[in-house]
Amino acid sequence: MSQSRFKFEKTNRSLMERLFEPPTVGKMSLVAKVVVYAFLAIWSVFVLFPIYWVIITSFKDATAVNQGPFYIPFVDFQPTLDAWRSQFNTDPYCDLVSVARQLYLLVYNSIAFVVSPVLPLDPMEPQICKIYLAFTNSIVIGIASTVFCVTVGSMAAYALARVQFKPKFGNILVFVGLAVLTILATAFVGIPWWASSTVALALFFLLARAFGRHFTRSLGNGDILFWIISQRILPPIVVVIPVYVMFQAVGLLDTHLALIILYAVANLPIVVWLMHDFFVNLPIELEESAQLDGATRFGIFWEIVLPLTRPGLAATTLLVLVLNWNEYLFAVFLATVKVQTMPIMVAAKNAGEKGVYWWEMCAVIVVMIIPVIIMAIMLTRFISKGVLLGAVKG
Amino acid sequence: MSQTIKDGQPGITPAGFSGRESWGEWFDRHSGTFFIAPAVTLILIFAILPTFYSIVFAVSRVKFTSEGLTFRFVGFKNFAKQLFGTDQVHFLGKTAPVSPVGVAFFVIVTAVVLWWLYRSLKVSTWVGMIGRGISAAMAIFLAWILGASQLSGNSIGTLYTTLFYVLCGCGVQFLIGTGLAFLCSQPIRGKNFFRVIFFIPLMVTPLGVGYAMKMVADITKGPFEPVLRFFGLENWVWSASPWSARLVMMVCDSWQWIPFIFICILAALENVPRDHIEAAEVDGASRIQIFREIIWPQIVPVAVTVLLIRAIEAFKIVDLPNIMTGGGPGSSTESMTLHSVYVWRANDIGTSAAIAYLLLILTVVVCASFFNYVVLGQLRRPQA
Repeated sequence: MSQSRFKFEKTNRSLMERLFEPPTVGKMSLVAKVVVYAFLAIWSVFVLFPIYWVIITSFKDATAVNQGPFYIPFVDFQPTLDAWRSQFNTDPYCDLVSVARQLYLLVYNSIAFVVSPVLPLDPMEPQICKIYLAFTNSIVIGIASTVFCVTVGSMAAYALARVQFKPKFGNILVFVGLAVLTILATAFVGIPWWASSTVALALFFLLARAFGRHFTRSLGNGDILFWIISQRILPPIVVVIPVYVMFQAVGLLDTHLALIILYAVANLPIVVWLMHDFFVNLPIELEESAQLDGATRFGIFWEIVLPLTRPGLAATTLLVLVLNWNEYLFAVFLATVKVQTMPIMVAAKNAGEKGVYWWEMCAVIVVMIIPVIIMAIMLTRFISKGVLLGAVKG
Repeated sequence: MSQTIKDGQPGITPAGFSGRESWGEWFDRHSGTFFIAPAVTLILIFAILPTFYSIVFAVSRVKFTSEGLTFRFVGFKNFAKQLFGTDQVHFLGKTAPVSPVGVAFFVIVTAVVLWWLYRSLKVSTWVGMIGRGISAAMAIFLAWILGASQLSGNSIGTLYTTLFYVLCGCGVQFLIGTGLAFLCSQPIRGKNFFRVIFFIPLMVTPLGVGYAMKMVADITKGPFEPVLRFFGLENWVWSASPWSARLVMMVCDSWQWIPFIFICILAALENVPRDHIEAAEVDGASRIQIFREIIWPQIVPVAVTVLLIRAIEAFKIVDLPNIMTGGGPGSSTESMTLHSVYVWRANDIGTSAAIAYLLLILTVVVCASFFNYVVLGQLRRPQA
């Protein structure tokens, strides 16, 4: 027993052991480490290569693009700023004054639209170069629809987390029936939409009370939450065709408001789902003690609950902002000239008479994706703290 | 579960009665309704109402006239055109000469589905049986189309192209994403660096991804040209043959969506308690054994939820096929959404709405079936 030898880590290990067996519990062997790092490095190259290719193509000129692939700037080809200059210099209105004027135009046109029944004001015409127009539109629509979406969504999520709803099945049936009748009347019989909607609303309030007494089976919070979240299954193409017609009837077709509302509705399920998860995990004692002290529901929401869920709120806002920035299908259908967002502008560059100028397109694509990449990096910080993933563990 | 704050009676405060309820107190008593009303109203007007309105489009012949829109009721003609009529080859694929392989496949799948239906007669309620009947009908229909078109050597249409993107795409993305998450959950340095890098493709605008991939996959000017020349493939045009175009489309879609699965599964893997794993390591289990026996059973609920969410999003694919191939050689890479967009551009709004509705039915039946039979089954299983 006095001659027994113990095998401590890192002493007297054979070569095979050093290579293939982990030195301690919780660490990896050398071969395992090499394999893992190799796979991760390969995948990193696969991920970053298209982005790298787009960035360096934006610094190439016509020969560098068409003569075959050149990979490294300054070694294979000479980088130039031609593509960037042509994007920002072809229009005369490519300066900050035009951007300021565009933002003023948005405010002025919104006010003109609101007061138009009373006081007809002429809307201002945009005078700004295309890429600045698309960029400002993307930022304005993105931020406005994100704020709108997160506000409406977190209020609804808070209500679903703290208040018991019992919508009656009978009311829902009445509503669905009246909606179908309204649509049929407007489409096939030709009654104007505002008349049929008003009649249907009035009938709903009259009939709801009567039906509510017969069909007393009611649904709960879980059903409402499931209904809101399941809206995500709806393919946008089903919604966009009627919405186009609806907006055209109201005259809102090429405006920012149309896109803001539609983007907000498209992302509402995500906000409700994520924020509901955060609110349900808050301890209720804080809110109960505040209510005992006489705070209103909105006061509790604004002063107590929202500051407690600030990381979750920030993560949700970033996620929705990225989704709104990237939205393309709605913009293709609803935005024609004045409300072009960045994706529309990039797609429009595809149709040129002389063929596609890849280097110019890459410059615009870089402008389009750099903000989202920055937002993605910011969002990763939240995700690595485990903020958003509670919802998925569900 | 959610808890409630008990709303007080009007006029009663902890200090005693204070007479009639004020305006603010009335608001507060109905605060739940006021909080949820904007969201419900928005969804009703801009999601539910258009869905119903879309049915009207789908069953009529719509024309833009000087006074606006005219609808002429034509019944199910728009749908029949897609399923049986002139557009059948575009939508379903060529189903004409059916080979024995196709028939055999169809018979086998139908037998399995009917046997499953029979088995569930004993365990399910009558409402459940209706749901199972719908799922079974969809499965049999899809098996017939697959057997008659692809397995008989014919071409497939936009329906199966969409299903290819969803099923094969989600499968590949799930395998690679889980593998990456497993690699990243090992004790390595630089985990956050890899997490940031791997997350970026998910957030890049799909349109930008489409153009970037179109440039990268270009045969003559793209970066793979020397590689192709080395393999003697410099005359191969990936966009000329249907299946290679679909494959490239799936690869590019996977480039964008693998990060989603990676992030979710990585979070789940990091929540597996370390002492189980270390106990197994001390007992001498290899990493693969640990993954299969300890880690995987604990992350299966998250995995199927992530798969469901990814499948729901995958049905909506439209940007990538539009940009990279414009629908592919012929219409081989058109997804159903893209098919609907092209028909809209040809000013046939009724058919466009009909195709959109068929996509909605397909998505709802497939996702609801997956949710009911796989996800709920996993979530109901008691955790080890």
